[in-house]
Amino acid sequence: MKIKALTANEAMAEAMRQINPDVVAAYPITPATEIVQHFASFVADGLVTTEFVPVESEHSAMSACIGAAAAGARVMTSTASQGLALMHEVLYIAAALRLPIVICEINRALSAPINIHCDHSDTFGARDSGWIQIYSEDSQEAYDSVIQAVKIAEEAFLPVMVTADGFILSHAMQRIEVLEDEEVKEFLGEPKTPYTVLDTDNPITVGPLDLQDYFFEHKRQEAEAMRLAPPIIEKVGKEFGERFGRYYGLVDPYRLEDAEVAVVVMGSTAGTAKEVVDKLREEGKPAGLLRMRVLRPLPLKEIVENLRDKKVIGVMDRAEGMSGFGGPLYTEIRSGLYDVPSHPPLYNYIYGLGGRDIKPEEIEEIFKELFDAAAGKEIPLVNYKGVRE
Amino acid sequence: MKEGWKELPIGAIIKEAGSSIKFETGDWRTRKPVLNKEKCINCLFCWVFCPDSSIIVENGEMKGFLYSHCKGCGICAEECPVKAIEMVKEEV
Repeated sequence: MKIKALTANEAMAEAMRQINPDVVAAYPITPATEIVQHFASFVADGLVTTEFVPVESEHSAMSACIGAAAAGARVMTSTASQGLALMHEVLYIAAALRLPIVICEINRALSAPINIHCDHSDTFGARDSGWIQIYSEDSQEAYDSVIQAVKIAEEAFLPVMVTADGFILSHAMQRIEVLEDEEVKEFLGEPKTPYTVLDTDNPITVGPLDLQDYFFEHKRQEAEAMRLAPPIIEKVGKEFGERFGRYYGLVDPYRLEDAEVAVVVMGSTAGTAKEVVDKLREEGKPAGLLRMRVLRPLPLKEIVENLRDKKVIGVMDRAEGMSGFGGPLYTEIRSGLYDVPSHPPLYNYIYGLGGRDIKPEEIEEIFKELFDAAAGKEIPLVNYKGVRE
Repeated sequence: MKEGWKELPIGAIIKEAGSSIKFETGDWRTRKPVLNKEKCINCLFCWVFCPDSSIIVENGEMKGFLYSHCKGCGICAEECPVKAIEMVKEEV
């Protein structure tokens, strides 16, 4: 193990170097540009044996990844925001063909208006594409999750995107514990692929026309793979912990057990919010936090177990779902708690769009409003924190 | 009986080569080609142009149509230099 000062971009690129994928097809985009740039340097310097395909667009990047993965290769790429949006149609193909591709994704707002800073609208846009989604609280987790993602993808035979918040993590330097190359190699083992088109003794057809009489069965099968993914993610997170000392699960509860008021949060904001929880605890206020590490598959059991007995819950969304009723995480958590007979009231806080900073004082305000609601005060269901009225 | 979702191979792949012969497209047809053998000169233009490999040829002679796969596009009738193929309405 080595200690290095790395940004999330550098840490994810370093993980890719250690994974040494067979193929990387990528197109650079802010704020994920450095991942591709660093990886291209590793290729040029002979530090990896990867076939690097510098494509002309993200649509082509994912298409090349699909072709390589169908051939049986271990495949990775990296993108952000508009790049992920441009991949949109091929994301579904990667998932439905059950190809274990991994994306290092840096969360950035979607245009318009054009913006390069963090929010989660890009990966929420790919929420229903059939990809496993893992969100990172910090750069260490981004590094660790990229390594785990390869193993998860190759056991679930589903593609995985690991995200880190644009600029907040991607460009901020942090102390990172980097594993030895050999440790990563041993942890991952040989690539596992669902099939290969290169076995000429057993020819197969990949991506045939699939009409009314079979399409439904194939989608049912894909849905089952997603349904069975949570124990795989947990198993890989546990094995990673046993080997390297950092354990990961589907969700990350913080001082939640005896909390009366809880916020649900994703990504780097969790770090700030944990500080606020500590401060409130010192003041004797029973505050807690649930960080959603995995959004797809939706960890329904963990949502229910961790939140069912809370008095009031606030869901913090770094995306506006444009549904007319709050952000996308809000509706997911609200739906998840529906079967709890006396489910707690849930309030939504949309914040941080386009990289707007979220300050500890603002999270403290959110908790104050939630404690007021717990005491009987009426507050709106959907709230915007940090926007100018 | 077609397979259920638990029995199908992963990723919607087809594990068998040349399986498209099993996908019969003949019932898409509204008009069908009919051969007048007396006019036919066995030039095999129909065989060359048929997009669905539905012209039956034996020993270099045009023998008729594979109706289980012919979609009734009429290209054979259009290309036939001696007008030996007629498109007639399918009887239901």
